[in-house]
Amino acid sequence: MIGTSGHRDPGGIMPSLADGGCMTATVQQGARRPVRHADSIIAGLLGVTKKYGAVCALNKVDFAVRRGEIVALLGPNGAGKTTAVRLLLGLTAPTEGTVSVFGGDPRNPENRIQTGAMLQVGRVPETLKVREHIDMFSSYYPNPLPLEEVLEAAGLKGLESKPFGDLSGGQRQRALFALAICGNPDLLFLDEPTVGLDVEARRLLWDEIRKLVARGKTVLLTTHYLQEADALANRIVVINRGEIVAQGSPADMKAQTAGRKIRCVSRIPLEEVRAMAGVLDAKQDREAIEISVSHAEPVLRELLARDLTLSDLEVASAGLEEAFLALTQSNGNSVAEVTK
Amino acid sequence: MSAATPVLNEQAIRRPQTDVLRIFVKEAKYEFLKSIRLPIFAVSTILLPVMFYVLFGLLLGSKGSGPVTTFLVATYGTFGVMGAALFGFGVGMTIERGQGWLELKRASPMPPYAYFAAKVTTSMIFSLIISVLLLTLGVVFGGVHLQAIQMVKMVVILVCGSIPFCALGLAIGYFAKPNSAPAMVNLIYLPLSFLSGLWIPVQMLPKTLQHIATFLPPYHLSQLALDVIGVGRGESQWWHVRALIGATLLFMGLARIGYQRDQGKLYG
Repeated sequence: MIGTSGHRDPGGIMPSLADGGCMTATVQQGARRPVRHADSIIAGLLGVTKKYGAVCALNKVDFAVRRGEIVALLGPNGAGKTTAVRLLLGLTAPTEGTVSVFGGDPRNPENRIQTGAMLQVGRVPETLKVREHIDMFSSYYPNPLPLEEVLEAAGLKGLESKPFGDLSGGQRQRALFALAICGNPDLLFLDEPTVGLDVEARRLLWDEIRKLVARGKTVLLTTHYLQEADALANRIVVINRGEIVAQGSPADMKAQTAGRKIRCVSRIPLEEVRAMAGVLDAKQDREAIEISVSHAEPVLRELLARDLTLSDLEVASAGLEEAFLALTQSNGNSVAEVTK
Repeated sequence: MSAATPVLNEQAIRRPQTDVLRIFVKEAKYEFLKSIRLPIFAVSTILLPVMFYVLFGLLLGSKGSGPVTTFLVATYGTFGVMGAALFGFGVGMTIERGQGWLELKRASPMPPYAYFAAKVTTSMIFSLIISVLLLTLGVVFGGVHLQAIQMVKMVVILVCGSIPFCALGLAIGYFAKPNSAPAMVNLIYLPLSFLSGLWIPVQMLPKTLQHIATFLPPYHLSQLALDVIGVGRGESQWWHVRALIGATLLFMGLARIGYQRDQGKLYG
């Protein structure tokens, strides 16, 4: 850190001798870079705006991925997640701001060699076999993984000689995942990796993504499944309508909407439940009641003591779901208000 | 900590030439396998010119009409070469571009030209198959008598002649949409073949059409091929070559415009 800023010193003096607006920009850049190195940020967007014609896909977006992290870019469809990934892959240029991967331009071939990508591909050449596709993508990288290892990691054992066209939806996703990891890259961009997968296939892929990080890889994934972001990510960046509305650990996110949710079938009347200490709200949901509380335990004791027939008890953290909805909806409303 | 990122950059390996060559070879191999395994493509590009040759050259032509069957090897050869390039390169690329596959390749560390080089190579291999097949049919069933050197010359001309049509395919690849690409290619391919005298010898076309033919690349390629067997119209070969090079550059220029238009557009 000290060494780096020492290096920058001459650069720091230069602008002060010069004049004009561009000098401020130089100073800012100089001041930011050492910090980024210290945090070992390996990919990020800095004040990035991306417009497609009149449509603003991303608006002044800042976020970073640090070494060894799984970052989930979470948002509803059309929020700008894919655009962010395309920018980080150097597939499109920002209208404003800086995109940096390994401290440089994402289009550098040196960076691409350390990067793997899983994109939403409508159709993959269907007559080539799985192992042929993997062989082709492996050849692009200097130190690819052995085929066996790739097949293992992507859960494609026994499918290697199948043409891509004969694979099921889940198998196709896994084959695309195999293409992303076969070059043994340090940084992976996974755009909606589990979209269209059934529950079991999704869990399998989650396990593989976790294994990647255990091996020291860094992953940025996009998803519109909260559960997925919660299950995988160290850090969640919530994006909506091209703007980042929140970022933090899954725990941070949940903390934003406090409390727990209790659900049970009980004979205690709703009004009495509402009157209990620590109950924020209670409502009837079919035969059960749903109780929002700040702390579950005291309310549970009270409920169980008062109603010995109480059944079908469930306690859940009032979760990410609420936090996410609150964030994206309030943001949506404010946008709507502005446009009015 | 602060040294971590620079170290990674220094690690980055400049690819040795042999690695680049290996990528190009693999890319071309799989591009060819991909195409040959696709019945709709393989059958239509190889079988269409062969079928035309059998119907119009071998069955319609009287026995022992060597000149006609030899003439038709050159013209249907040109027809086949053009089809392989337009459908393989043009339609193939349009689909891969429109459905995100090209984008995934661009995001990978593949050398950017490997993709296009593989498609050109594949078009040339298909051209080779078509011209050898036509020649063989002609020699075995059509009374075609050519010296070995003439046959080699004709095959070389036809195979190299796929380059301007690959360039046209590239331009189509950037302008067409996946759904409309096959129709668009047919609308270019079939009239171009007719007007260039690939079905009916150009001498038998009306004067105006004969004049138009001299502006069309397939005309120039077929005339080069016909010159090998001495039945061309006796125009300067150098003129034909220049016309084909000119067409290649023109189509590549068009492709470049399409590429740039693509860069700025909403896409994906």
